[in-house]
Amino acid sequence: MAGKPKLYYFDGRGKMESIRWLLAAAGVEFEEEFLETREQYEKLLQGGSLLFQQVPMVEIDGMKMVQTRAILSYIAAKYNLYGKDLMERALIDMYVGGTDDLMGFILIFPFLSAEDKEKQHAVIVQKATSRYFPAYEKVLKDHGQDFLVGNSFSWADVHLLEAILMVEEKKSDVLLGFPQLQAFKARISSIPTIKKFLEPGSQRKPVPDDKYVETVRRVLHMYHDMKAN
Amino acid sequence: MSGKPKLHYFNGRGRMESIRWLLAAAGVEVCLYRMSPCLVPFSLDGSLLFQQVPMVEIDGMKMVQSRAISNYIAAKYNLYGKDLKERALIDMYVEAVIDLNELLMTHTFQPADKKEQHFATIVDKATNRYFPVYEKVLKDHGQDFLVGNRLSRADVQLLETLLMAEECKPDILVKFPLLQSFKARISNIPTIKKFLQPGSQRKPPLQEKDVPKLMKIFH
Repeated sequence: MAGKPKLYYFDGRGKMESIRWLLAAAGVEFEEEFLETREQYEKLLQGGSLLFQQVPMVEIDGMKMVQTRAILSYIAAKYNLYGKDLMERALIDMYVGGTDDLMGFILIFPFLSAEDKEKQHAVIVQKATSRYFPAYEKVLKDHGQDFLVGNSFSWADVHLLEAILMVEEKKSDVLLGFPQLQAFKARISSIPTIKKFLEPGSQRKPVPDDKYVETVRRVLHMYHDMKAN
Repeated sequence: MSGKPKLHYFNGRGRMESIRWLLAAAGVEVCLYRMSPCLVPFSLDGSLLFQQVPMVEIDGMKMVQSRAISNYIAAKYNLYGKDLKERALIDMYVEAVIDLNELLMTHTFQPADKKEQHFATIVDKATNRYFPVYEKVLKDHGQDFLVGNRLSRADVQLLETLLMAEECKPDILVKFPLLQSFKARISNIPTIKKFLQPGSQRKPPLQEKDVPKLMKIFH
């Protein structure tokens, strides 16, 4: 049943957002089913669609894929965004690992207590500006190319752009002092598929709000506050 | 010594252990570098892309990010399936194992008043969420290995986790006969058997007494 991939998740960013970005970057149209009620989730569980009882889940190429990283790797490989050989793949995996860690700090943010949110905000900015951004700035400076790996557009570029924009939402001038990243951001944003994704009306989701948090808590019966890193 | 991968980490399991398992399963000898914990950030100044270990020097690269390292080793030594679909299955199984590993790994770090609840969570997730899936996979296809009827990283990493779970609760596999025979079968593979013997690069579980020292370095 070759058709569009179908994404099962809440109507919000969470762990599914990187998958939306990657599909969009690859120019792949996709459908979404949004989890709004506990009953919907239980129906998916009872139907055996969620291998480890969790979302994200993506129906793609006859598979019901779960585990965000597995889904992303599959899409990247399928759409030639994973480098041309093992070495390039290794670099992409390393860079994606870094942006994944960075976005991980932001992922839990909406679920923190008010007090922890303030601390976490500082952590996000500090990690971004002293650990992660300098690494990518240096990569771009050292090879002087347009893309992070192999002089061609890859998953690493999409993921880094996503991370940059998310951190900028927390602190709008966070790229001051990172001229390479500023140019990178402009450059990757103007790639046609990405430009389209960044326009209103796309399937990109907005910054998580209270309604999103309520929905997640209600559907997953997840009522405790998360702990900050 | 040149040519052998060089592992940079402290002398314990942590996020390097899965990498040790994979290299051992693939029959790859490693060059060891035991680092004193307080030297971690300084002795490798500039070599750590994100200022973190694990770091593995391999094939001219200084690789960081445990997933990236494991992916590279698995692909290089043919433990990653034969095509994209097998890879997808392997990735799904491995990612879930990583999730369970996180729970198991963080148990020793739990404060005393949270330990009992954390233990209950481990047992619940292991026996209700994760183990039933692998038991069913093995039951459904009746093969010796999880994916594609041959050894892959999914088998190696599942075995690692099964053994760690048993360290936590020795009878945790009592309801999973196929996982028990899987455990016996994979443990018997020569390279893995060797790794499970004393004197190998396998690290022991974290001791309570080492926790304060580690908390200081990594937190």
